[in-house]
Amino acid sequence: MTGFPWLSVVTFAPLVGVAFILLIRGEPDVVARNAKGVALWTSLITFVVSLGLWINFDPTASGFQFEEKVVWMPAFDIAYHLGIDGISLFFVILSALLTVLCVGASWESVKDRVKEYMIAFLILETLMIGMFSSLDLILFYVFFEGVLIPMFIIIGVWGGPRRNYAAFKFFLYTLAGSVLMLLAILAMAFQAGTTDITKLLTHDFPISLQPWLWLAFFASFAVKVPMWPVHTWLPDAHVEAPTAGSVILAGVLLKFGGYGFLRFSLPMFPVASADFAPFIYGLSVVAIIYTSLVALAQEDMKKLIAYSSVAHMGFVTLGTFTATIQGIEGAVIQMLSHGVVSAALFLVVGVVYDRMHSRDIATYGGLVNRMPVYALVFMIFMLASVGLPGTSGFVGEFLVLVGAFKANSWVAALAATGVILGAAYMLYLYRRVIFGKLTKEDLKSITDLSPREMAVFAPLVLVVIFMGVYPIPFLDAMHVSVENLIERYETAVAAAEQVRLAAR
Amino acid sequence: MPDLVPALPEIFLAVMSMALLMVGVFQKEEKAGRSVSYLAIATLVVTIAIVGVVADGRASTFGGAFVTDGFAVYVKGLILIATAAAVLMSREYLEQHGIFRFEFPVLMVLAALGMLMMVSANDLISLYLGIELQSLSLYVIASFQRDTTRSAEAGLKYFVLGALSSGLLLYGISLVYGFSGSTNFDALAQLFQAGESPLGVTVGLVFIIAGLAFKVSAVPFHMWTPDVYEGAPTPVTAFFAVAPKIAAMARFVRVMVGAFGDLGDQWQQVIIFISIASMVLGSFAAINQTNIKRLMAYSSIGHMGYALIGLAVAGGAGNAEARADGVSGILIYLAIYMFMNIGAFACILQMRRNGRMVEGIDDLAGLSKSNPAMAMVLAVFMFSMAGIPPLAGFFGKFYIFLAAIEAELFALAIIGVLASVVGAFYYVRIVKVMYFDAPEESFDGPVSMEMKAVLVVTGVVTLFFFVWPLPIIDGAGLATAALLPG
Repeated sequence: MTGFPWLSVVTFAPLVGVAFILLIRGEPDVVARNAKGVALWTSLITFVVSLGLWINFDPTASGFQFEEKVVWMPAFDIAYHLGIDGISLFFVILSALLTVLCVGASWESVKDRVKEYMIAFLILETLMIGMFSSLDLILFYVFFEGVLIPMFIIIGVWGGPRRNYAAFKFFLYTLAGSVLMLLAILAMAFQAGTTDITKLLTHDFPISLQPWLWLAFFASFAVKVPMWPVHTWLPDAHVEAPTAGSVILAGVLLKFGGYGFLRFSLPMFPVASADFAPFIYGLSVVAIIYTSLVALAQEDMKKLIAYSSVAHMGFVTLGTFTATIQGIEGAVIQMLSHGVVSAALFLVVGVVYDRMHSRDIATYGGLVNRMPVYALVFMIFMLASVGLPGTSGFVGEFLVLVGAFKANSWVAALAATGVILGAAYMLYLYRRVIFGKLTKEDLKSITDLSPREMAVFAPLVLVVIFMGVYPIPFLDAMHVSVENLIERYETAVAAAEQVRLAAR
Repeated sequence: MPDLVPALPEIFLAVMSMALLMVGVFQKEEKAGRSVSYLAIATLVVTIAIVGVVADGRASTFGGAFVTDGFAVYVKGLILIATAAAVLMSREYLEQHGIFRFEFPVLMVLAALGMLMMVSANDLISLYLGIELQSLSLYVIASFQRDTTRSAEAGLKYFVLGALSSGLLLYGISLVYGFSGSTNFDALAQLFQAGESPLGVTVGLVFIIAGLAFKVSAVPFHMWTPDVYEGAPTPVTAFFAVAPKIAAMARFVRVMVGAFGDLGDQWQQVIIFISIASMVLGSFAAINQTNIKRLMAYSSIGHMGYALIGLAVAGGAGNAEARADGVSGILIYLAIYMFMNIGAFACILQMRRNGRMVEGIDDLAGLSKSNPAMAMVLAVFMFSMAGIPPLAGFFGKFYIFLAAIEAELFALAIIGVLASVVGAFYYVRIVKVMYFDAPEESFDGPVSMEMKAVLVVTGVVTLFFFVWPLPIIDGAGLATAALLPG
């Protein structure tokens, strides 16, 4: 495809901002102010251009759009190859949106090394968008792993008291998973003779090889999602990361895993995916129920939301591997919804944390008396997280449950109990923080949301309700891509079934 | 009269080293060090040019004992760049410690000559000559700071153990000669191609591997490395970590692939073992280090372990494509390794407080505040050594593992990547110390121009390798084609 390289623009625009920030000289205050300004404008422009991608996106066309390809390394025609389909489109937009909000949310709370902070977030944005739009395995891996560097720095430099531990745990857990995927990528390159994802999507990997490749990819994505039992890095990382770091972590980084399952595991190793599906169902159900129960017992707000993330991502993995149209579309919507809602919830926590410097639920209580607008915002996102009809969370969870019911009614029933538990811990949290009498002395002077904070929350509220009330534009855009995926999956599984029957 | 043209770079270096000695002797002592040092750099740069000009396919001379080909050209280029950088980086340190004598650069040039010799050696005897010329120069510069016990100890330790390994090597050579009747690589290769493999040759081969493994400091012959790295003056350590490692690895490849290539099934398992042992030990032993030079020693042991994966692949019989990828993987790895290590040592050489060198990892605490530029550069090197994309180190590992997967050495590849995760811990710990910990006093400034130049060049290569990787990849491909025709 020829034409203007819009995807490259979206991907690398943040780096232009980085270059500008690096050029800023002068007094620390001036540098900090200008760095914030540049970061905000860069991320805003990136976001607007990414919206342009959606407007120009043709939902009826199958295959990838906005493709660009330049030869990079000669072996296995490794190329700089970008392109998006209906699944990745929204993740690109989500990354761009959340980065804007992160910059806005850190406007006052970050005072130390502002310039470096903004640089880290802009680099992170480039890597995230690049990850979702790359159509070459090696390129994908470079972006996928490269994210570790800025995120490690963000947690470690601007994080809480146990930031060292959290940063290392995050770094090493994810790295350990990913290196196995790298070996699988290399093996695939040899098997197929190419690293081009568009070609690999139609390549049939030998059935004997698929389980190994699948497991290697699983090692990486399961850590990223994170799935039980490799989720333990997430609560630590979330608790210690600065607010904006948690937002990106929950909003986008967790989606790497879910996206990876959709883009690689399911279409490239369909037979292995079908064989391992019960295994995934098991882990997902455990994640949904067990981590919900754990969340119920948390005293730390960020930890509670972190555990709820694990539970919600359990729905994603469940939906993905049902390999039904509802399950997969539900998984994507659930990922987008979770990206917005959990990001918003971390921002909600960040608001009171900036004022009181405590994340303990026990510190708060009766906030509705002093902060009515805050209480409203919190309520919207709390209900979206619970999955109330009319919010984005409902659409995702409902579709996933429909998909799961098609695949296995027991799994669906167990997963549905997770919805109830989700309501329990979120409502319990909300009651303890917002309602009750305002008795604590230091809370009596707490102030409501500032206009800046409202400006940060406004787009998120809008998205959550829009997706909940009218999800058609989202579903339409991804429908063709998902149908293609399922068609391919079913043909491959059926063919493998034939082979197995014949061998019997 | 043998044809001297293929050996022109070596001859030029030899003549120039004598000339440099003269220049040094006939100058005032205070000025001699500086002028000889710059002349030495000029000599090395000119030699690179000569290497490039002389390169014209494969040419052998001195009765087949000396050969130059694409492989030699590539490796010689790396060695000369590394040596020139090491000479450049040593000036400041030596001046501050009052040991800037003109012999130092001359010894470096002689060591480079030895390394060039062994890269081009096509006979076990000329190989041995090259090794000894290199080693003797290295023993002396290891103990160049002779007033400190640590440096003297390092030199002595290096000498004793080095002599032992040379002995092993010679013994192996004599066995091979005794059982095969030749020391020439081509003659040996022909013999083995014909299916001969007397038991004595295998035994001799084991000794040769032991001797060569000592020089690349592969486990279990690594014991000298941390002590020597720690004791030797820092610019010498920087030199040790790069040029001799590259030369030794390249020579290892030429001996094993060039002469004993058809005995691959005999030595491949040995290489696999020392590769795994080096990667694992390099990763785990570095975790507890507090001295950054010792840490770099273990890091280099680990890196050599990764490079040896390529050699293990090259030992696999049958799959010619995989063997070629193994060798070119090593060459790519070595080039990237060179840039990362020179850069990292340039940073370490800046660790100076109140006029004294400090070597503790803790001394880097808070560097991101006191010297943000240097912290960023060092962080880039550390992430790169850990193999995190998109930095250069990732691509080094990438090509090595690519070859391992191609040769179906899955266990080796899996152990390798897992060891790299462990290794990432200690590299990233340095980043943590620089970025997360509370600042210590800042280092003495300002950074000299030559150091800045070294840091900028190595930093840019490491950071932006991914933008245009073709020069190194293609170069390695050509070099491999020369070693493994067809």
